[in-house]
Amino acid sequence: MRNNSVIGWLLAAPLSLVLLVFLVAPIAMIVVVSFWGATEWSIYPAFQFDNYTFLLTSDVTYRVYLNTLKYAIITWAFTLLIGFTVAYYLAFHIRSLTWQIALFLLCTIPFLTSNIIRMISWIPFLGRNGLANQALISWGVIDEPLEWLLFSDFSVILAFVHLYTLFMVVPIFNTMMRIDKSLIEAAVDAGASGWQTLWHVIIPLTKPGIMIGTIFVVALVMGDFITVRFMSGSQSANVGRMIQNDIGLLQYPSASATAVILLVTVLLLIGTLLRFVDIRKEL
Amino acid sequence: MTTISKVRYSRRSILKTGGAAVAAAALPAPMVWGQETKNITLRQFGTGVSNLNDVAMKVKEDLGFTLEMTALDSDSVTQRAATQPDSFDIADIEYWICKKVWPTGNLQAMDTSKIANYDKIVGIFRDGKLTPESTIAQGTAPHTVGFVEGPGGTEFVDNESGWMTLIPTIYNADTLGIRPDLIGRPISNWSELLNPEFAGKASILDISSIGIMDMAMVVESMGEYTYPDKGNMTKEEIDLTIGIFTEAKKNGQFRAFWKSFDESVNLMASGEVVIQSMWSPAITAVKSQGIPCVYQPLEEGYRSWGGGIGLSSSLSGMELDAAYEYINWYLSGWVGGYLMRQGYYSAVPETSKAFMSENEWGYWFEGKEATDVITSPTGDTLAQAGETRDGGSFEERMGAVACWNAVMDENQYMVRKWNEFIAA
Repeated sequence: MRNNSVIGWLLAAPLSLVLLVFLVAPIAMIVVVSFWGATEWSIYPAFQFDNYTFLLTSDVTYRVYLNTLKYAIITWAFTLLIGFTVAYYLAFHIRSLTWQIALFLLCTIPFLTSNIIRMISWIPFLGRNGLANQALISWGVIDEPLEWLLFSDFSVILAFVHLYTLFMVVPIFNTMMRIDKSLIEAAVDAGASGWQTLWHVIIPLTKPGIMIGTIFVVALVMGDFITVRFMSGSQSANVGRMIQNDIGLLQYPSASATAVILLVTVLLLIGTLLRFVDIRKEL
Repeated sequence: MTTISKVRYSRRSILKTGGAAVAAAALPAPMVWGQETKNITLRQFGTGVSNLNDVAMKVKEDLGFTLEMTALDSDSVTQRAATQPDSFDIADIEYWICKKVWPTGNLQAMDTSKIANYDKIVGIFRDGKLTPESTIAQGTAPHTVGFVEGPGGTEFVDNESGWMTLIPTIYNADTLGIRPDLIGRPISNWSELLNPEFAGKASILDISSIGIMDMAMVVESMGEYTYPDKGNMTKEEIDLTIGIFTEAKKNGQFRAFWKSFDESVNLMASGEVVIQSMWSPAITAVKSQGIPCVYQPLEEGYRSWGGGIGLSSSLSGMELDAAYEYINWYLSGWVGGYLMRQGYYSAVPETSKAFMSENEWGYWFEGKEATDVITSPTGDTLAQAGETRDGGSFEERMGAVACWNAVMDENQYMVRKWNEFIAA
């Protein structure tokens, strides 16, 4: 008996150790530093709430958080719509498993290049004298180049959707593939229309996949800084950029405080999402 | 942000030869020393402007030791100099960064008696005056943070104490860059940056400490306010300045903000932007693509900056000697000529003259018409015969400096306000 418990502890030890060193310790450090003070060139240990007071009382913080949430929600809606459609097509319209896998792999090919390259390639395409505007002008759709195509919320969300749709496709496709086909046959036999089958059978059974995809997309968008910087031409801010600016100016405590608040926000969001679906049960 | 890593000797191999080095230092025998320098590696980091591979190669050729260069943006440079003193031997930083970093004690003061060309260094870096009659511009003028009282000094002093914080290497006068072909009329004031005529086609740099100075030049030029010292604003002045720009941003004046050199080049070359804050090599980069671009001299004068080499406080012994040797080499003309042929100025212009052709010296330094094609050190054509440099001669350009890049007493407040401006 005693021997067993020792073995149990030993078996759990490597993973616990890895998590402790690479997850728990850094987060604990960030929380500790968020209470420190900073001068122009150094940080000093202290226990003060200055960083939080400044953050929570500045209306810039709220504007930036609102903006970040706006990006997350719009990106989520688009990636879900596109991701669900793609997964649905792959899972239910492609008959042979070989083709399903082949087409699925095709979806992942763009991800073999750096996501920064994929993002930056939009800039010459959407620019004032870029391909999009040139094409629209030559077709006679517009007379003046569209200014809002680049360095706007439009371009930021476009890049997000482009970058993160696959994170929706993969988990949704995965759960859809596990749906017992006889359930759909039963629905059809019972006289359900295509939409009714989709709404009452497929979507409820796909919820765990949707939820996992949602967690991916929301976490990625909330934590991003580089996409917003490049695609908005530095004109919009989100929480990630606030942290990046602070780090650039050696204000580590203030950056840590922002990071802690972001972490709490994202955890609350994901906690709420998980109330709707019990992922563990479904997996 | 790029990192250029060079072939290097490991620190361990230097340690191994350290014993021999001690012996060599005890018995002054130049031959042995000459052999030993080959094993020395000095690690230099700084902003992209002067961290050039060509310089490292020339150092190896002329002095024998290895110079390992890392190029970073100005925020990262400040960060590294302040927080990682053991990661470098030589810091190539700007004077305003020096004001921020010096109090950390990560740099050591340099003995000017060991600098051969010290007496020939331009007055701007010594007593602050280009010529005896010139007035000192606002902001963090290099001479105000150029000297400390002694080897361990932490306070800046206002005289030539013989202990220098940075040895000046490179400086220039910055102004707005414009696309003359897309603007089609003369531009002669900083206020044009906020002219509604250029709505959606203007840009400013998103580096707060430099951006605020450009803003101040614009606000003064608009006649909104005259600053007692643009380089050291009060909270009210910061609010006023950023307020004016926030309103312009909300009205759609700006196409984008830029943070890195390449971004500014792309914005200008693609025609997204026709007027913006810019750095001189960025203008050169746009021009070398065959696109017209002018570094427009403006009536209110220039916003100037200067950089220099600082030594890590952990440098000592033979490596410190090598660093002094490097500095003396730096000021002896080859690098100066190289930098001046890109449009910068060297701290000791007269030594650089020997490394430039008469045509190049006339064009870049004296503001004369080029008598032949002017090319950059890398071979790109920059000007044809008959053209003159934007802004004229050295004295005309450096004599018209209105302010220096600066760090303010209210810097932290300014940075917060700047973040609000970006988020607005």
